[in-house]
Amino acid sequence: MFQIRIHGRGGQGVVTAAELLSIAAFEEGQHAHAFPTFGSERTGAPVTSFCRIDQSPIRSREPISAPDALIVQDPTLLHQVDLFAGLGDDGYVLINSTRSFGDLGLEEFARRFRPERLLTVPATDIAREHLGRPLPNTVLLGGFSSLSGAVSIDSVAKAIRAKFKGSVADANVVAAEKAHEYVQRERTELAAHA
Amino acid sequence: MRKQEEGSRAVAEAVALCRPQVISAYPISPQTHIVEHLSDMVRTGEIDPCEYLMVESEFAAMSAAIGASAAGSRAYTATASQGLLYMVEALYNASGLGLPIVMTVANRAIGAPINIWNDHSDSMSQRDSGWIQLYAETNQEALDMHIQAFRIAEQVSLPVMVCMDGFILTHAYEEVDIPDQAQVDSFLPPFEARQLLDPADPVTIGAMVGPEAFFEVKYLAHAKQMQAMDLIPEVAGGFASVFGRESGGLLRCYRTDDAETIVVALGSVLGTIEEAIDELREQGVRIGAVSLKSFRPFPLAEVREALGHAKRVVVLEKTLAVGIGGVASANVRTALSGIQLNGYTVIAGLGGRSITKESLLRLFEAAGRDELKPLNFLDLKTDIVDRELARVHASGPSGPHEENILRDIGVVAAEAH
Repeated sequence: MFQIRIHGRGGQGVVTAAELLSIAAFEEGQHAHAFPTFGSERTGAPVTSFCRIDQSPIRSREPISAPDALIVQDPTLLHQVDLFAGLGDDGYVLINSTRSFGDLGLEEFARRFRPERLLTVPATDIAREHLGRPLPNTVLLGGFSSLSGAVSIDSVAKAIRAKFKGSVADANVVAAEKAHEYVQRERTELAAHA
Repeated sequence: MRKQEEGSRAVAEAVALCRPQVISAYPISPQTHIVEHLSDMVRTGEIDPCEYLMVESEFAAMSAAIGASAAGSRAYTATASQGLLYMVEALYNASGLGLPIVMTVANRAIGAPINIWNDHSDSMSQRDSGWIQLYAETNQEALDMHIQAFRIAEQVSLPVMVCMDGFILTHAYEEVDIPDQAQVDSFLPPFEARQLLDPADPVTIGAMVGPEAFFEVKYLAHAKQMQAMDLIPEVAGGFASVFGRESGGLLRCYRTDDAETIVVALGSVLGTIEEAIDELREQGVRIGAVSLKSFRPFPLAEVREALGHAKRVVVLEKTLAVGIGGVASANVRTALSGIQLNGYTVIAGLGGRSITKESLLRLFEAAGRDELKPLNFLDLKTDIVDRELARVHASGPSGPHEENILRDIGVVAAEAH
């Protein structure tokens, strides 16, 4: 079982991101289960969503308290929510930011983890460029596909096309692919320095 | 067709396959997505012929469903929480008149304090309204139960509530197998009304009945639920042969054969309970679970047979009957009348409090040592309760509990826990 927790704010497509991830996993013949914790939903409020992926049917209905991976759609949450609660030392973290972990003040925190599994991606910038709107969710899924290998970028694209239509789907697929390429490059660079 | 989709959409698609002729509804979280999808499908002609009535309240939703059903249409609605309470008077009319309406209840807590999250307080408050009540464990079962519900309702002339956990199921994306129209058509024949309002041949439905016969009419409602007790497993069996999977029925046993401890629960929490049971089984603990799928009618004989050999029974329920404790547990105890075993009631998950495997493991281990009290509250934060009681004790007018407690724990606005 691979468990992903997604943090963001109302309006950033946090719930949709988990749903897309589950569709991508389903497309690959895996079992997946995505669900949100709904607060009193409003734009800007912290929102968390969850996705479990497994080879066998998933029975658990409890929120994910010990994730294998985190996707952080809004870095301002770093100061507001205990984002990293329960994340194991082998965990993956993908943060939407133009800054590095060090610049975000996470250098100390990052020591516990495997450096090649911690990355930031400028998802809002990529979204602005390709979608014309600062919606980072599908972009981050593209990046996450490269970082974690939990689902392929093709499956992410299929999921996007299952949920969106026409030019919206096309633009989101391109944005996800750009982020996938970006993370691929970052990982290659990290590997070269390792 | 296998799909990865939201529970609400899956249920809406299942209802559409049942060819409803009138859908009347008023939106309320967490039911809203279901009726939104249905209203879309009526608008686009995917469900045709069908009239979608966006009414002004839940009372109107049920009243319109009553009228539609009495006029010979297959009628559907959905609600939750305060919405269900708002239609209570009409609920009793629907069942008293024997109208086979099917309604989804997307289970949600009842205020005050206001809370949109899941528990079973809403549908449990209507357990004696004369409706058949089915509880789904998964989204697959929720959609399957709706198809079965129309069959059951129309065959026995009683309305059926299909209860599914709000958010936990309604808003969860998981794999579901949506049947095709031909399969559903072969399983569910067109609705033939047992009684029909027809202007060309006028009759009265819902006449006043005095002491000379009211008792008998009410008794018939009970007798029909007893008929439904035979019908529900029969319909589940028929469903399995057409659709190739087990869904519904009166109850489901999980690893109970040699179990000393049996956990009884309703709805989606069974998944997490099974995870906990498997973990304890690996340690050699003889524990199992019973999922109550039909709560009305309550399968006394089947529950007795499933539990009678156990040493102890833990009824875990998402409802608190204030002033006594459990609701389901009281019914389970009736089923076990005369059988000596330790029975424990556990109230859990109220207002969306997560029910975790970790807490269940602790609970079941304590149960195995017979260390539980007759009434237990899973993961109740007793320190918060104690501090509020102390405040009430210390000062005179201490203000509303909910405000005091939110201030105490430092939550400005409510969030999920």
